[in-house]
Amino acid sequence: MIPTELTFETLLPVVFVGLMAIAMLAYVILDGYDLGVGILLPLATDEQKDKMIDSIGPFWDANETWLVLGVGILLVAFPAAHGMILGALYLPVAFMLIGLTLRGVSFDFRVKAHDDHKPIWNALFFAGSLLSSLSQGVMLGLFIVGFDTSLASIVFSLFVALGLAAGYTMLGASWLIMKTEDRLQRHAVFWMRGALLMAALGVLIISAATPMVSTRVFDKWFSFPNIVLLAPIPLITTAIFISLERLLKVMPLPNDRLCWAPFAGTVGIFVLAFYGLGYSMFPYLVVDKLTIWDAASATEALKIVLAGAIVVMPSIMAYTVFSYRVFWGKSRELTYI
Amino acid sequence: MFDSIADPVTLSRMQFAANITFHILFPSISIALCWFLLFFKLRFNSTGDQKWHDAYYFWVKVFALTFAMGVVSGITMSFQFGTNWPGFMMKVGNIAGPLLAYEVMTAFFLEATFLGIMLFGKNRVSDRIHTLSVYMVAIGTTLSAFWILVLNSWMQVPVGFEMRNGQAFATDWMAILFSPSLPLRLAHMLIASGLTVSFLIAGISAYRWLSGIKTAAVMAAMRTAVVVAAVLAPTQIVVGDFHGLVALEHQPAKIAAIEAVWHTEKGAPLVLFAVPNEKTQKNDFAIEIPHGASLILTHEWDGELKGLSSFDGKTPPVRPVFYGFRIMVGIGVLMLLASWIAVVKVRRGEVPNWVAKFLVAMTFSGWLATVAGWIVTEVGRQPYLVYGVLTTAEAATDTHSAMIVTTLLMYLTMYVLLAAAYITVLFHMARKNDGAPAPKTPAVAGVAQ
Repeated sequence: MIPTELTFETLLPVVFVGLMAIAMLAYVILDGYDLGVGILLPLATDEQKDKMIDSIGPFWDANETWLVLGVGILLVAFPAAHGMILGALYLPVAFMLIGLTLRGVSFDFRVKAHDDHKPIWNALFFAGSLLSSLSQGVMLGLFIVGFDTSLASIVFSLFVALGLAAGYTMLGASWLIMKTEDRLQRHAVFWMRGALLMAALGVLIISAATPMVSTRVFDKWFSFPNIVLLAPIPLITTAIFISLERLLKVMPLPNDRLCWAPFAGTVGIFVLAFYGLGYSMFPYLVVDKLTIWDAASATEALKIVLAGAIVVMPSIMAYTVFSYRVFWGKSRELTYI
Repeated sequence: MFDSIADPVTLSRMQFAANITFHILFPSISIALCWFLLFFKLRFNSTGDQKWHDAYYFWVKVFALTFAMGVVSGITMSFQFGTNWPGFMMKVGNIAGPLLAYEVMTAFFLEATFLGIMLFGKNRVSDRIHTLSVYMVAIGTTLSAFWILVLNSWMQVPVGFEMRNGQAFATDWMAILFSPSLPLRLAHMLIASGLTVSFLIAGISAYRWLSGIKTAAVMAAMRTAVVVAAVLAPTQIVVGDFHGLVALEHQPAKIAAIEAVWHTEKGAPLVLFAVPNEKTQKNDFAIEIPHGASLILTHEWDGELKGLSSFDGKTPPVRPVFYGFRIMVGIGVLMLLASWIAVVKVRRGEVPNWVAKFLVAMTFSGWLATVAGWIVTEVGRQPYLVYGVLTTAEAATDTHSAMIVTTLLMYLTMYVLLAAAYITVLFHMARKNDGAPAPKTPAVAGVAQ
């Protein structure tokens, strides 16, 4: 069902899908760099491993909370879709949860357990990060194809998984470029160049394949005037990829100039891809089956939540910004004292 | 038998039970531990005594580990609502949804964000901001307990709603927020957390003491813990008793299962121990106190208690509820005994070996009692998910059983390993006597290094 007139009632689901999109985008970017750092872990020396995890230690917990918010909004505002989507994604969701659990507990276990066991927890940290990233990619792929389970769709989803993992690795490496110094920073530059190549390849393949596996996306992309409106997305994305590659060749710059630029550029790519995805899917939560209006909760329930969100969200933003300011600049060794 | 084990409802229940049981272990520690940390920190700020600083330093590490375990196991549950219980949100989502949303918005972000500053920001912010962060995390954990218990209480005693087209709609949010079973349930759970943490701190401190780490900090933590336990243990018994009276009024079938009253009777005995027999509807090997149950629950010698046979089969399985209740109460009594003995024995700053060993044995007693208590309350609500409104079977997924078996085994394996790792690491940390780095005095702690 797509409503024909604009009222408060028909607008509410749009507001909530917007809030959910913001939460999901925040999750993907924020936990994306955590997961990316986790994926890069095996490439580092033992001392570097500690530094890498120190750089994300104060943030990962709050970062992961955005996922709870995103899924929470899906659950609260679109209960019918929550059941249908998570039911269809039963196995990848389970794998993602196992991955997130292993990653989350390894943060603490690796420094608190017996020294001999540290390598095991490091390995689990890596495995958990990789497993979560790949599972999220599979979930994204299956979402795009409307939870179709034909061979083509599964292969497509696996490619999306690799692409997303590469994207997270880019985020992780660029985070390290921004937050660390010296040898680790130079390593991160090197890692990022590899990740960038893989991510660019991934974006290319996924962009080419998406209209083929999804007739809906094909119709939406290649119709006038959408083709004109959407054209800037691939153009700007390409421009960012090329600028990043050229910048990385000369990094790190004297006085650590532009150390934030790779991270900002990668975030830009994620925002553009997310925008493209959202534009292609709207207003469907399950392609061609369930619109946001079909799945929405009762107006009364949405109003109650919205009232709270209007009050609470600004304060969440405020203390999140405060927390990032506290840990601003190059990361230091984490101690409880 | 095989049929009932292999169906998606039973499997989903087993999976959710495994998840929620594993999950509750950690919040039941982090809720109260954070207030203990705040106490240690405030004591240090006001006295400047190094021992409070060292106690804070040791227990904040335990807190970090525990909090992480709670977060990751909690995320799993937010997904399982959808993967395993789609019918829950379809039917009562208009009520459960906003409550869960408020929990995420007001509690989760607060605790998660300030946790970073609390754990790692001590030399990056002033001492006042750091103390504020500990407050924020403590308030956040307690708030999340409040919201989830609001939802649970409403599921036990649903009020303030009407059914339209097969869906629940809220008619009175204040009634939903403060349903009759909330105040005592919240008190019961917060005290349970306090007791769990008291015995954890007392047990681990006693273990450290026995391992030769006889520092002022270890003794300070132990004494704080046993004093808190000695106050909370009797309070909990009173609160629990009143909580039972609320259940008698709103969920008589649960009480009938707790007391194993098969047929309505006047002057029902208090069954201390028995093997409830569902087939014969009798208690085998019963040890009873005549008129005891009627006296406790109705405060009358010949008070009438409704029996299980009077609920048209809408009754919970008796054994888990019956035994769960006795385990919980038994541990409660043991806690009272242990804490009072310990308070008397440790008041002069020494602890006899046998008392220390008793406390070590009681380290995880809070976990057992908490889990047993939740089994009583959740299994006792069966066959309903929302009492009288939605049965558990109606809410379950139709996902293929084989798939649930796969994920159930994955989760179980992981949970067993992680629980073992958690306990092992806790004792490993306890054995290490690396001491805390010297603190900056509170007055100058705000100056950046």
